[in-house]
Amino acid sequence: MPIPAQALRHEYLRHNKKFPHVWCPGCGNGIVMGALLRAISKLNIEKDDIVLASGIGCSGRMPTYLDFNTLHTTHGRALTFATGVKLANPAMNVIAIMGDGDSTAIGGNHFIHAARRNLNLTAIIINNSIYGMTGGQYSPTTPFGSKSTTSVYGHIEHAFSIAELAVTAGASFVARSTVYHADLIDRLIEQAVKKRGFAVVEVISNCHIQYGRRNKLGGAVDMLKSFKEQAITVSRAAKMSPEELEGKTTIGVLADREIPISTEEYIKVREQARAQKEKV
Amino acid sequence: MSDQVKQRFLLQGNEAIVQGALAAGCRFFAGYPITPASEIAEQLSIQLPVVDGTFIQMEDEIASMGAIIGASLAGVKAMTATSGPGFALMQENLGFACVAEVPCVIVNVMRGGPSTGLPTCPAQGDVQMARWGTHGDHPIVVLSVSTVMDSFTLTVKAFNIAEKYRVPVILLSDEVVAHTRECVELPDTEEIKVVDRMKPSVPPDWYKPYEGDARGVPPMAAFGEGYRHHVTGLIHDDMGYPTQKPAEVKSFHERMARKITRGFPDIQMTKGYYLDDAEVFVIAYGAVARSALRSVQDARENGVKAGLLQLITLFPFPRRTVTPLLQQCRAVLVPEMNMGQISREVQRVNNGECVVKKHNRIDGKFITPREIFDHLMKL
Repeated sequence: MPIPAQALRHEYLRHNKKFPHVWCPGCGNGIVMGALLRAISKLNIEKDDIVLASGIGCSGRMPTYLDFNTLHTTHGRALTFATGVKLANPAMNVIAIMGDGDSTAIGGNHFIHAARRNLNLTAIIINNSIYGMTGGQYSPTTPFGSKSTTSVYGHIEHAFSIAELAVTAGASFVARSTVYHADLIDRLIEQAVKKRGFAVVEVISNCHIQYGRRNKLGGAVDMLKSFKEQAITVSRAAKMSPEELEGKTTIGVLADREIPISTEEYIKVREQARAQKEKV
Repeated sequence: MSDQVKQRFLLQGNEAIVQGALAAGCRFFAGYPITPASEIAEQLSIQLPVVDGTFIQMEDEIASMGAIIGASLAGVKAMTATSGPGFALMQENLGFACVAEVPCVIVNVMRGGPSTGLPTCPAQGDVQMARWGTHGDHPIVVLSVSTVMDSFTLTVKAFNIAEKYRVPVILLSDEVVAHTRECVELPDTEEIKVVDRMKPSVPPDWYKPYEGDARGVPPMAAFGEGYRHHVTGLIHDDMGYPTQKPAEVKSFHERMARKITRGFPDIQMTKGYYLDDAEVFVIAYGAVARSALRSVQDARENGVKAGLLQLITLFPFPRRTVTPLLQQCRAVLVPEMNMGQISREVQRVNNGECVVKKHNRIDGKFITPREIFDHLMKL
């Protein structure tokens, strides 16, 4: 049974925080936040046991509003802080929420190494293809040819696929959705939080203010409709050629594999270190 | 072993820092390899797991600084160690630790700079960077070690200051101290004073994570202890939420400054030698203070009433000790392995009462007692 939205709000939004939030009307961030709360509620994790870390940008403000242990870090560095929290207290459920520029430009190095290191962390990346908060400059996921405030003549670089980058870098679990597919985000975040190992959920989102407007993609509703049209499930995509997949967004679980988790491996290191010390 | 004889160790400065950190209760280290600091990481990677601590080698120094802040917020005493280039990368997150009041210790074993500079040569070029490296107005505590024993005791002290005042503390070592081996007697565990951060005494509903106590220091709950709260690099109100209200911004900055100002007697450490009747004196710190002590003794033997003030705390600059000596003596010599980073501070507090002479070496070589002696004799 779906959880009533009001009950979710009462349970998880901060009561002592002054609202409204900073996001523009129609922003996809709210959809992702709702999905995160529904997933956490479904998993029935105590609020005290959750650390939500973010970087800088519009997505970075999400932890401020939520009644968890929250950590609004520096630009691109959410995963480094999250790594420290998780290693210091492995009992915590540590979730990092990041944007596309945040996680793959300034934080790109931390992102690939977090995936390689495979701590038991969850990374949710809201990918809206632009730097929204700073005024619409191109990001690592801005499509070739697009207009932004720093590419008014058309963007001449090519975009990253964040999810595929995470797969290659070694994450245990990688999935993608769009903000149109809200139910899917719920399920993917739930799976990611439950997953033992580094789990990434990329959510394609709309910044109709800074990206859509400059590229004649319409308002929030138009952009969501286009996400619906472009989305192809992983199973369908597997049967399509690269040419057919041009301009499409693969959604669903891209990788789900069992890889030794470094937090758990470290317990073995401690045992070994103690045993060696006793021998001396 | 009889009760009187303490255990003696032949340690290098970097190893003594490791022993000091463990004695102070440090149980988390994140770092990135760099000469001449790497021994600290290597040793802690061996010793931390034995005491249920955690060592991690991160992808760079930016990440190392982020990880120690995260660990400290989760309630574990944490440190990192680096040298100049890595220290430069840490500056952004060091500012975060300042603004979010996260206790941690950053060791910078200085080498010649700028840039890749002189990786295995001694220098003291990062003094003002330690003070002002991260952007924005902020108080900061910077300590300087001159011996292997110092490396132990001041690492403990650095953690104690970090915990007591909820600040990052920078411990400056240099290539000379880091790699010199000396015989040291380490104190027994029960003799070492270890300070832990103050925890909230109120129930979670009443907790204001950034409301200072009488000293201006907010009690600190760890993530996971039931005191769910928000930590941000934005200027924040008592609840930790971002604010741009001028009155709240002002009171935030004032509290940050006040908690350190009120701690001056505790934080500002110096050592004086032959100062009572001194007519000229040397202000030195780090490894150079060792050369300075010898040269002052030699000058005394040659009839010059010389003294030495060794700075242990470089920042906040121990003005209350320095100024009276500048009034007492006719001249002061400030030898440094840089172009004059502490002599600027001396001149700033001098008010023109004393002749301030500099002696600087930036060629990657250590300042010898003879050089300081020659200068002293001409003062």
